[in-house]
Order: sequence, then structure tokens, then C-alpha cells
Amino acid sequence: MNAAPNKKANGKAETLLSVEAVSLSFGGVKAIRDVSFDIKKGEIRAIIGPNGAGKTSMLNVINGFYHPQEGTITYKGKTRNQMRPHVAASQGIARTFQNVALFKGMTTLDNIMSGRALRMKCNIFWQMLYYGPAKKEELEHREFVEKIIDFLEIQHIRRIPVGKLPYGLQKRVELGRALAMEPDLLLLDEPMAGMNLEEKEDMCRFVVDVSEQYGTTIALIEHDMGVVMDLADRVVVLDYGRKIADGTPKQVQNNQDVIDAYLGVSHD
Amino acid sequence: MLFVLETVISGALAGIMYSLVALGFVLIFKASGVFNFSQGVMALFAALTLVGLLSGTIPFTNTDNPALALPVWAAIPLTIFVMFIVAVLIEKFILRHLVNQEHIILFMAMVGLTYVFEGVGDMMWGSDVKVLDLGLPQGAWDWLFDTHDLYVEKIEMVAAATAAVLVTVLAVFFQKTRIGRALRAVADDHQAALSVGISLRNIWIIVWSAAGIVALAAGVMWGAKSGVQFSLSLIALKALPVLILGGFTSIPGAIVGGLIIGIGEKLVEVFSGELIAAAFAGLIEIDPGVFSATENWFAYVLALFFLMFRPQGLFGEKIIERV
Ligand SMILES: Nc1ncnc2c1ncn2[C@@H]1O[C@H](COP(=O)(O)OP(=O)(O)OP(=O)(O)O)[C@@H](O)[C@H]1O
Ligand SMILES: [Mg+2]
Repeated sequence: MNAAPNKKANGKAETLLSVEAVSLSFGGVKAIRDVSFDIKKGEIRAIIGPNGAGKTSMLNVINGFYHPQEGTITYKGKTRNQMRPHVAASQGIARTFQNVALFKGMTTLDNIMSGRALRMKCNIFWQMLYYGPAKKEELEHREFVEKIIDFLEIQHIRRIPVGKLPYGLQKRVELGRALAMEPDLLLLDEPMAGMNLEEKEDMCRFVVDVSEQYGTTIALIEHDMGVVMDLADRVVVLDYGRKIADGTPKQVQNNQDVIDAYLGVSHD
Repeated sequence: MLFVLETVISGALAGIMYSLVALGFVLIFKASGVFNFSQGVMALFAALTLVGLLSGTIPFTNTDNPALALPVWAAIPLTIFVMFIVAVLIEKFILRHLVNQEHIILFMAMVGLTYVFEGVGDMMWGSDVKVLDLGLPQGAWDWLFDTHDLYVEKIEMVAAATAAVLVTVLAVFFQKTRIGRALRAVADDHQAALSVGISLRNIWIIVWSAAGIVALAAGVMWGAKSGVQFSLSLIALKALPVLILGGFTSIPGAIVGGLIIGIGEKLVEVFSGELIAAAFAGLIEIDPGVFSATENWFAYVLALFFLMFRPQGLFGEKIIERV
């Protein structure tokens, strides 16, 4: 992890990812309708919108869990009709989930180590014997994981099966697992939901630190407008699967469509 | 007393064999949620392949060419390689296409696979009963017999030792290594595993290969004792109650469950008749011999009993339905 200068979006920054006219439906339910937006290198890009707006679906499209019926996704200059989870992961897209998806039976350490899966290459025969190169490799990655554990201040829960941890800590471990992938693009689906104020503040600090220290590009889904105003460089607003606004937090906050959407003004 | 001990030992040795087969089931079930109905036939197929290679059988022709016969040290690795190829084919032609299907559909696919294995095994290697001679020691273990008056067959000891080594290697592998961690990750949460770049396909190939190796070990041990023939595939039926006892997802459960069933069925078979006859003595006349055939169904009765009180098995996690 080398510290990189934080390059805030300023129109000149390079585009890391763009989705173009993406539509996704499940049977009759149209989750995303003709949405386009981009994410620039180094920025924190918030995705907001009322419940069921299609935010999570959009993340699922980006990391290949969902395959949109229409539109394209351009990531690192390569345009595709759909991503595949394996390709997304190996190309540096990491994510967390709205309803924490950890490996519940495994310890904090093992969960975060599993984020190194793609970077460990030792062949299966050495692994069978857990000997020589396999052990050495394991130790090297372990060192990296310990750094993440320090960074997230979770040393004390290293050896605890994550299923036993309180929700707030689970969310933190999940962030740790994503960071272990050394991602270029980090997708966070409501990382602060269900947290108390103190936990929220911690999480905000981690997100800012990741962005500033490592220059990681972040897409953040968040309901708490205060958090969004503080963290985000730019915000895209979805409502009923449509994009209704896109801009700086200030612009979005004053946008009449956005205010209506949040107040539940009827859709024509 | 000695006789009881002998019974327990011979039960435990048979039990280890059940554990081995159950282990194959557990690995696959953990990684893919598939109940591998074909595990028993896989053991038969692996043993047939080994015998075929040892005796230089030319596949699909039913003729032997002694010039092609391989020595044991070459035939075993080659059989393992064949089981690996089988794993690759199963992933490519079955699992890949059935991801996210209903359990019952996967189960039906496994039933189909069972018959494919059986048919292909027959066509490749012939359907006659074969003798598997690996030069394993036969007869009783003299030392134990002379010093402790215990009768234990050597081959059973070898089987037990092999099973113990296999189980240990697998346990370390799945506990300590990256691939082991990936397997547990997949077992825990498919989506999360995918999101960190774990390839489901590779994991499936690995567990099916591991299950193939375990099947080979079970097939060899069984086959060396009773010949390689269709009835070998029926050991899978013994593994089922072991799984119910031990829990479908627990490696230690498979081991302990196998031992309990192995020992339990032997003890019941040998002693239940006399005990029951003694208990009812004076009331009604019971012929102890009536209870000598319990070995075939005791395991199932025990399993049913378990299902009523601990459906998740001894070591299985409590089943909580997500709503
Ligand atoms: N796998 C699926 N199958 C069927 N419908 C789905 C699926 N995933 C999402 N949907 C539907 O798509 C729409 C958008 O859902 P999505 O989860 O993306 O919303 P969201 O913006 O993340 O909402 P929330 O704030 O509640 O998390 C909803 O109507 C939802 O029911
Ligand atoms: Mg959501």
C-alpha cells in the first residue's frame, strides 16, 4: 500500500469507471432504468436515493453479480456489457455488503486473510503439505493483514469468530477484508447503517483515511445526508431506478427533484 | 471382557471406513451444498480403475494385456489423476450449469451421475468381480494375538492407519491453507467468496478431487478385503446414517459419527440378542439368534433416533431458517 496523493475530482481527473445507459430488470420489476454516471480516480462518489431506488443493484452490476439487460460498463478503459465477479475482483474492485456478508464461522484474521485470496499463488501440492513456500507465503500475507488490523483498530478481536461480534465491528471487519484486496475501486454499501454515533464517526474516519492515504477510489451508498455532505466529492441520486440528479453535495441538496423524491412527492 | 474389546476394535475399524466415505460427502456438501449421491459408486469406480491399471486392462475392450500392467507405485498416482479428470468433467458438464438451482434438481443430477459412473465403470473395466491385490498384509496381527490374546486383522489396521493419515492431511489442509480458507469461505457465503475473487469452479474441482481420493482409499480398503464388485458401492448407504449423526457439514462429525456407528452396530449385533433374551427370561422365551442380523439396520435406527432429538447432528451447526 503506497500512499498516493489524493486527487479530488476536478474535471481533469481520469475516469476510472463509467456506466452507460444501464437498465436492469427482474421479471416485471425495473430496478435500474437507463442510468449513466462515472466515477473518477481518487474521488469519493456517493450514491443516494430512497429505499428500493436501485442503489444496491447498481453496485451489483458494477461488480458483476447482476448482468444488466442494456447498457455498458467501462472500467479501466475496457468496455463490457457486463462484469463477472471474478474479473471484477481480479481487476481491483472490492466491496462490502448492505447486510454484512462475512464468513461467520471464521475468525477476524481468517476473514481478512481471505481478502488476499487472489494474491496468493502457491501451488496446491505445497499447500497440501503446508510446508516450505506455502508457509512462507502465508506469513508474508499475514504481515500485510496485520497492518490492516492495526489501521482499523481491531487488534483485540483478531481471534474471535466474526459471528460472535457486535454488528458495528462486523462492518469494520468487512471493510478490512475489502481493503486486504488492495482495491483500486472500493464499493461500500451503507457501511454506517445500524451504527451508533461513535461507531459512525470511526467509520467515517476510516473511509476518509483510506481515500487520503491510499488514494483508493470509493463508491459509497449512504442514507445519512450529514455523512454524505462531509465525505462525498460528488453525488448521484437515484429514485425508482432512474437517475434524478448528479453533482456536488451542495448542488444535489438544493435540487428540487431530490427534495421531492425524499419527501415522497408522487411520481407521475 | 476381551471379547467385548475385540468387538469394539473391529467395530471401530469398520467405522473408520464409514468415516472415510462420509468425509467425501461432507467435503462436497460444504463447498457446494450438493448431496453427492454418487460417492459410493465413485469408490467403486476408483477401485475398478486401480485394478484395471494394475492388471493392464485396455479400457472398453474387456481384455487384459499383461505387458501394460502398471506397478502399484505408478497405478495409484495415475488413478488419482483419473479422479481429478473426473472432477474437472463433473464441474464442466454438471455443476457449472446447475448453480443456484433447487436442491432437488441438484440431487436428481447426482442420482443421474451415479448411474453414469456405474455404466461407464462397467464399460471401461468390465463387470466381473475383481481381486485387488496391493500386497497388503493379510491375516491376523500375531503380536497382539500372542501377547494380549486379541484377534485383529492386519489389513484393518492398515486401513485404519491410512484413513487416519488422510483425515489428518485433509484437516490440516482445510484449516491452515489458502485453499482451505477459500473452501470454508465458499461454504459460509457464496456471494462474499465471489466478491473477494475466489473461483467457485476451482473450489469445486478441488473438493471433488479430494472426494475422489477419499473414495479411492475407501474403495481400495474395501476391495482388498471383499473384492472389487458392485456391492462395494453400497458402502455409501452406511455413510448416510453417519452423516445424520455427525452433521452434514462437519469433518470431525464424520469421523466421530463413523466410529459410533461402526462400534455401535458391532456391539448390538453381538450382544443385544443375549441381553434381550436375559431381560425377558421367565416371561417369554426369546431366541438370541433372532438379533444377529441387526448390523444392516441398526445404523438407520440410531440415525432416526438422532433426527428426532438433534437434527443438525452431533457437530453440525444449529439449523436456523432465514426469513
Ligand atoms: N435479486 C433480485 N430479484 C428481484 N428483485 C430485486 C433483486 N434485487 C433487487 N430487486 C428489486 O430491485 C429494486 C431495487 O432494489 P435495490 O436493493 O437495488 O434498492 P436500494 O436502493 O439498494 O434500496 P435500499 O435502500 O432499501 O437498500 C427493488 O424493487 C428490489 O425489490
Ligand atoms: Mg440497498
